[in-house]
Amino acid sequence: MKNPFLFLLIGLFVLVSCNPASSQNKALLLVSTTSTQDSGLLDVLLPGFTEQTGYNVQLVAVGSGQALKLGEQGNADVILLHSPVAEKEFMANDFGIDRRLVMHNDFVIVGPVSDPAGIRGQTPVEALESIYASRLTFVSRGDDSGTHVKELALWKNAGLDPAGQDWYLETGQGQGATLSIASEKGGYALTDRGTFLAYKANVDLEILVEGDPFLLNVYHVITVNPAKWPRVNLEGAQAFAEFIISPQGQQVIAGFGLEQYGQPLFFSDADKTDADLGLP
Amino acid sequence: MLFDSEILQITVLSLQVSAFATVISLLIGLPFGTWLALGNFRGRSFILSIINTGMALPPVVVGLVVAMSLWRSGPFGDLRLIYTPWAIVIAQTIIATPVVTGLTAAALESLDPRLQQQLLGLGASRGQMIWHLWREARLPLLAALMAGFGSVISEVGASMMVGGNIRGQTRVLTTAIVLETSKGEFERALALSTLLLVLTYLINLALTWIQQRGAKR
Repeated sequence: MKNPFLFLLIGLFVLVSCNPASSQNKALLLVSTTSTQDSGLLDVLLPGFTEQTGYNVQLVAVGSGQALKLGEQGNADVILLHSPVAEKEFMANDFGIDRRLVMHNDFVIVGPVSDPAGIRGQTPVEALESIYASRLTFVSRGDDSGTHVKELALWKNAGLDPAGQDWYLETGQGQGATLSIASEKGGYALTDRGTFLAYKANVDLEILVEGDPFLLNVYHVITVNPAKWPRVNLEGAQAFAEFIISPQGQQVIAGFGLEQYGQPLFFSDADKTDADLGLP
Repeated sequence: MLFDSEILQITVLSLQVSAFATVISLLIGLPFGTWLALGNFRGRSFILSIINTGMALPPVVVGLVVAMSLWRSGPFGDLRLIYTPWAIVIAQTIIATPVVTGLTAAALESLDPRLQQQLLGLGASRGQMIWHLWREARLPLLAALMAGFGSVISEVGASMMVGGNIRGQTRVLTTAIVLETSKGEFERALALSTLLLVLTYLINLALTWIQQRGAKR
């Protein structure tokens, strides 16, 4: 080869033409919240689905805010998320055609083992009052995610507004990064239990407040309305929704985490109704 | 309100952090690059190949390594720098230094080698010679500066990991863009992107102006 540049160009061309994404028609675009990905649940759930149905799932894990926006704009076939109030609005605006209860886990308030604000065993509202009064660091997601929405609702219930306080940090990042920051800063944070258990080994934090009915974190699966966006893969979306609420899918959910953490991270709820979990 | 005081604060922080990192990388990269270009020693091409690889150093990798070193559990945890603007400066300096070094070396190597002999022959000291070479290569050297600044002002992975994107403390333009996108606030994200591009353009415009003015002299 006389010209090395020509050789390079040919090499690049060969590289580009070897595109692995060949089976596009069986691709299913699943948009989910970061918590389901960070906890590792989808890593065990999706292979089973792919094996059974042949759909190749493209998983996009984002905050609930973006998940719903992506659905509204037709950039998702099926959505799995935990932001019930925003989901209702999404359904009311006809962006989704089918919304099914899948599972729940719960939120917990975590903080340093020394617990300088003394919130251990308090109710969520009392705990926030203690943190507010002591002006100790609280690390918020600050990203419009389901967890962030829940946290804001908790502050509202306590009749407090932490916005703008110098001890109130907004990370604008996923749960894992937020926990790392809380750990490094010796602060408190609201988190879903699943992500916390998955990160527990890497952070210096402990569960201090748990078990309150207000702290339930309920997941629904929503099929995006193909009438709005014809390119939505309706068949795939329905197959996924059916799989995740099928006995097989629910069994995977209920068993997930038992071995590694000694407790389940999610509770299967396909046989329940929203009212059973105290949702409107 | 699209351009509020928060965006102003984010913008000022972005410029401060990236300018700081660029200046430090210049202080390291200019002498180092010069030494590599003028030196004649064993392992020189090896070091150059490492530097040239460093020019493509992925910011997330830098972010990960810097974050792990600055975490409380890491070797420099006692400095308490993680999730502060200084952590971002450190990571961005590591990203920009190979760029400035590599381009400095390339700039000086592209000069006619006889110039060096001539200068020394005319009785210039080594310091005077280097100063003259820098002046001679000022156009590509300014380009090295622009490339260094461009590589850090546009970088998001490291800032996110070591800064933490904390509102009012370590949120910079690129991490704010990621956040607004993740919130589904695409218009705000786009507005911030435009702001970032315009700022980068203005800075490069100023540097190009200095560069071209130098060219005409």
